Amino acid sequence: MHISEGVLSGPVLISGAALAAAGTAIGLKKLDYDHIAKAGMLAAAFFVASLIHVPIGPSNAHLILNGLVGLLLGWAAFPAILVALALQGAFFQFGGITTLGINTIIMALPAVLCYLGFGRMIFKSPQIAYLAAFACGFLAILTSGIIVGLSLIFTEENFLEVAGLIIAAHIPVMIIEGVVTAICVAFLRKVRPEMLPGYPG
Amino acid sequence: MLQEPFAVGNSILHRIDPRMRIAAATVYSVIVALSRHFPTLATAVGASLALIMLAKLRPRDVVIRLIIVNSFTLLLWLVLPLTFQGSVAISIGPLSVYHSGLIMSAQITLKSNAILMALMALIATMTLSTLGSALNRLHLPDKIVHLLLMTYRYIFVIEQEFQRLMRAAQIRGFRPGTNLHTYKTYAYIVGMLFVRSALRADRVYKAMLCRGFKRKFYCLHQFRTGKEEWLFGTAMGVAVMVLIYLEWLKAGV
Repeated sequence: MHISEGVLSGPVLISGAALAAAGTAIGLKKLDYDHIAKAGMLAAAFFVASLIHVPIGPSNAHLILNGLVGLLLGWAAFPAILVALALQGAFFQFGGITTLGINTIIMALPAVLCYLGFGRMIFKSPQIAYLAAFACGFLAILTSGIIVGLSLIFTEENFLEVAGLIIAAHIPVMIIEGVVTAICVAFLRKVRPEMLPGYPG
Repeated sequence: MLQEPFAVGNSILHRIDPRMRIAAATVYSVIVALSRHFPTLATAVGASLALIMLAKLRPRDVVIRLIIVNSFTLLLWLVLPLTFQGSVAISIGPLSVYHSGLIMSAQITLKSNAILMALMALIATMTLSTLGSALNRLHLPDKIVHLLLMTYRYIFVIEQEFQRLMRAAQIRGFRPGTNLHTYKTYAYIVGMLFVRSALRADRVYKAMLCRGFKRKFYCLHQFRTGKEEWLFGTAMGVAVMVLIYLEWLKAGV
């Protein structure tokens, strides 16, 4: 989910860039040089996962998985997502320089919020863990949609309908992201639990 | 497959110092993004087209990218003219098309196309590794440059890893549809992708240590700013000044 160039007003773009810079600074502070290889590799995996199109009825949507990336990287999700978006911009021209900040906020802020909110529940009993993982996937997209909507409305009040339309159109995506994140977390718990936050072993 | 179709070329723009191009692209896109009046935006589209010509990009590739980007603009054209409050331009039966909605859609379309064309001509004309090194020389934090180059280095590898997993699934008869089985399969594929990425990151990190990694990433590119660069910088500066002047002219009225 992202906003293309030329849509948002100056104040929204500037606040987005400032917030993204702050988030990235925290993320970089928490990411020491020994873990850059891992963060880069996971950013690459996040980029590739966003190329996967899953069918929804007659249409399809690409996976976003920012909730999952938040769980795997914590605060480092900020720089990782910033880099992945910069690469998307360079490869596909989906976004440019002026929207990089706000788009990073759209994707990375929900990721970090999910990490802070649900990170501790991943190693509770399976029911709680999978419910938390589903909530992670679902709420990450919902929050992203709300940030998109807010930045549109702060640009121009008459964007209200477009904002509503965008959030409504993403409801199926939220459900699928929730399901995929829950199954993915279940898989990681069995295969490589130490990748998930709060690993007790 | 992932490709950088514009990165290799022999045009004037390809030869300009990447640092100068990044700086010019940043200033130019910020100014265009903040502009609102049609004379400014039309001039910006003209200037961006001129940049595309200077970079000698294949028109077909440019058009394909612009079509993808404009799918969102199309949504705006469908919604905004019908929902924007204000003076009515045309009424068709129960529907009324609002004037300000049309203007807003046109503004956004011109802006986003101008910015993205400039981006293709100035930034997409260098490989990502050049971009990383140039950002390093422009004094971006070391860590973010390192992360960018690391991600770029492994995107292609991980993409192939994904293709391998996908092929394995297809050979076992996997056909995507709207059902839980499909989502489960994709979730396992993505999970496996993350697991293999983490394992690979471990190996890569150990290999880096073996080669004497000392928590610093050295960029070896050398850049040179000569006469051509200053000429280009001045031209872009003049273009930006013209845009600001046009915008100021309209704002004064």
